[in-house]
Amino acid sequence: MSTAVSTARKGGRFRRPSVIPGFGLTLGFTLTYFSLIILIPLLALAIRSAGLGPESFWQAATDARVLGSLRVSFATALIAAGVNVIFGTVIAWVLVRYRFPGRRIFDAIIDLPFALPTAVAGIALTAIYAPNGAVGALFAPLGWRIAYTPAGIVIAMIFIGLPFVVRTIQPILEEVSHEVEEASATLGASRLQTITRVILPSLTPAILTGFALAFARGVGEYGSIIFIAGNIPFVSEIAPLLIYIRLQEFNYVGATVIATVMLLLSFALLFVINLIQAWSRRRYGYGN
Amino acid sequence: MEVRVQNVRKEFDRFPALHDVSLDIRSGELIALLGPSGSGKTTLLRLIAGLEMPTQGKIFFGDTDASEKTVQERNIGFVFQHYALFRHMTILENISFGLKVRPRSSRPPAGEIRRRALELLDLVQLSGLEKRYPSQLSGGQRQRVALARALAIEPAVLLLDEPFGALDAQVRRELRKWLREIHDRTGHTTVFVTHDQEEALELSDRLCVMSQGKIEQVGTPDTVYDHPTSPFVFGFIGESSTLPVTVENGELWVGGRAIGIPAGDASPGEARLFFRPHDVDLIEADASLAGVVSTARRVGGTRRVELEIGGAGHLVEVDLPFDHPAGEKTRLAFRPRRWKLFPAG
Repeated sequence: MSTAVSTARKGGRFRRPSVIPGFGLTLGFTLTYFSLIILIPLLALAIRSAGLGPESFWQAATDARVLGSLRVSFATALIAAGVNVIFGTVIAWVLVRYRFPGRRIFDAIIDLPFALPTAVAGIALTAIYAPNGAVGALFAPLGWRIAYTPAGIVIAMIFIGLPFVVRTIQPILEEVSHEVEEASATLGASRLQTITRVILPSLTPAILTGFALAFARGVGEYGSIIFIAGNIPFVSEIAPLLIYIRLQEFNYVGATVIATVMLLLSFALLFVINLIQAWSRRRYGYGN
Repeated sequence: MEVRVQNVRKEFDRFPALHDVSLDIRSGELIALLGPSGSGKTTLLRLIAGLEMPTQGKIFFGDTDASEKTVQERNIGFVFQHYALFRHMTILENISFGLKVRPRSSRPPAGEIRRRALELLDLVQLSGLEKRYPSQLSGGQRQRVALARALAIEPAVLLLDEPFGALDAQVRRELRKWLREIHDRTGHTTVFVTHDQEEALELSDRLCVMSQGKIEQVGTPDTVYDHPTSPFVFGFIGESSTLPVTVENGELWVGGRAIGIPAGDASPGEARLFFRPHDVDLIEADASLAGVVSTARRVGGTRRVELEIGGAGHLVEVDLPFDHPAGEKTRLAFRPRRWKLFPAG
C-alpha cells in the first residue's frame, strides 16, 4: 500500500493516469532516441560555432556571399512551398473527389519524388528545362530561362515538395464529409461559396502542415538543385551548396556558421508556422 | 407548400432504387417516409431536396415544376442524420450561414441576420451557446442546431433524413416530442425519413410505408395500423402473427379444422391470416385456433407465448395476461378479435 502511494507521488504532476501502460519506458526511450538522433548532432553544431566567439561568428554570418545564398535558399523555398500548396490542394481534391481511369496509378506516381534519388531528379529536370530541353525550348524564344536561374531552383523544390502537400491534405479532405457539402448547397450556397467558406477553412490546418513540410524539405534540398541552379554566387547559389564549398575548402568554421544560421532561421519559421497551425486547429474546431 | 411527386423513377447505375413512385404531400403536414433499409425512402427524400435528379418523372412544389431546379434554387431545409454541421464555425455562424451566402440583393442586413439566428437558437432551446463550436455540443444539441440552421432560410419544405438515428433512445424520445411542438408552432411542410415505426406512428400526421422502391400504403397512423393493405405493411407496422389457412365453404380452415372465422368475400383456396398478438380472445370452443405453448416470456405488462398450431408446426405469437398460468406444453385455444386475410404467396 505504502509503495503504491509513494510511486504515485514520485510520478508527480507529469504522470497522467492512463490505461495504456509503459509511460515511463516510452518517454525514456523517446528522450534518448531524440537526443541521439537529433539533439546531440545539433548541439555539437551549436557548440562548434559558439566556440568562434560572437564577433567572428557575426562576421562570418554576415558575409555577403553567405547572405546571398541564404536569401536565395529561403526565398525560393517559400515560393516553391506556396506554389505546392495551391496545386497540391487541387491534386488532392481531384484524387479524393473524382473517380477516373488511371486514378490509382496517378496516385502512386505522386510519391515518386520521395523515392527518386535527388540527383536523378535534378539531372532530369535540367535536361527538360535547359534552353535546348523539351520545355525550356518553349520558353527560350520569350527570353525566359528556367534552368540555371532561381526559377530552376523553384522548379526543383516544387518537384520534391509536392508529395508532402498532397499526402497531408488528402486524408483530411477524405474526412470532410460529403454531407457537409450537401448541407451547404441546401442552404443556398453556390459551388464557389461552398469551397471558399466550408471546404478550404476546414483544410487550413492540413494546408499549413503541408506548407511547413514542403518548405522545410525545400530549404534542406541539395542534390537535385545543384544540377539545375547554375550555382552563380549571389544569384542562384543555395546555402547548402555554400556549406559544401566551405567544407571543400577545409573551412569547417565557415560551414558550421552557415549551418547554424540556417538552422536558426528554419526553426524560427517552422515554429511560427506551428503556432499559426495550433491556433487554426483551435479556431476551426479540431481537438476539442 | 404542397409537394407533388409524380411518377418518379430513379436508377443508380441501371439499378432501380425507385419504381414509378407518386405521392402528394399536403401543405403544412408532417409526413413520415417509413421502410426498411433499401426501401428507397432516403432516395425519395433526396429527390425532393434536389440532391439527386430523377431518371424519370417530375416533382412539383405548389404549381411550379421543381424537377429542373437545382438544390440551391429549391429553398429547402435539409437535416442530415449525422448533423453535417460546419465544424469551423460557431453555432451562431452555422445558423446564419444560409442567410449570409445569399446574393446581396436578397440578403438581410447583418444585424437582422444576427437577430434571426439568435431567435432560432432560442426556438431550439440553446440560447447562450451561440459562441460554442459544434464539437463542444452533445449529439442532441447538434441536431437542434442543424434544425435551426435549416429553418433559418425559411424553407418551402423541411426534409429530415433519419434525424434521430444517431442519438440514444432517451434523447430520441425527447427530441421527437420537441420536433412535433416546433412543427405545430412553425407550420412548415415536413417530410422525415425513419426506419423506426414507433417514431413514425407517434410523430407524423400521415405515414408513407415503402418497400423495395415502391410505396406500399399512405395514410394516417390509425389507418395504416388498423387497416394495412398489404402483408408487408401488416408485418412491418406493429406486432403481427401470421398463419397459412385454407378458405372453403365461406370459412377459414387450419389443418382440416374450421377455426370459427368467416372468410367474407375471399375466394376459395390458400390464403394467409394476419392478426395482432394482443388482439385475441382465449376461448373454450371447438372452432378455434388451438396449439401447444413452445416458449413463454414476459414482455412488459403481458406474457407473450409462442404457440405451435396444428401438426405442421406453424408458430404464432399471442399475448396473455401476465398472471396467466400457461407454461410450456400447455394447450391453449384462441380466436383473433380482428384479423386480415391476404392471398397466399
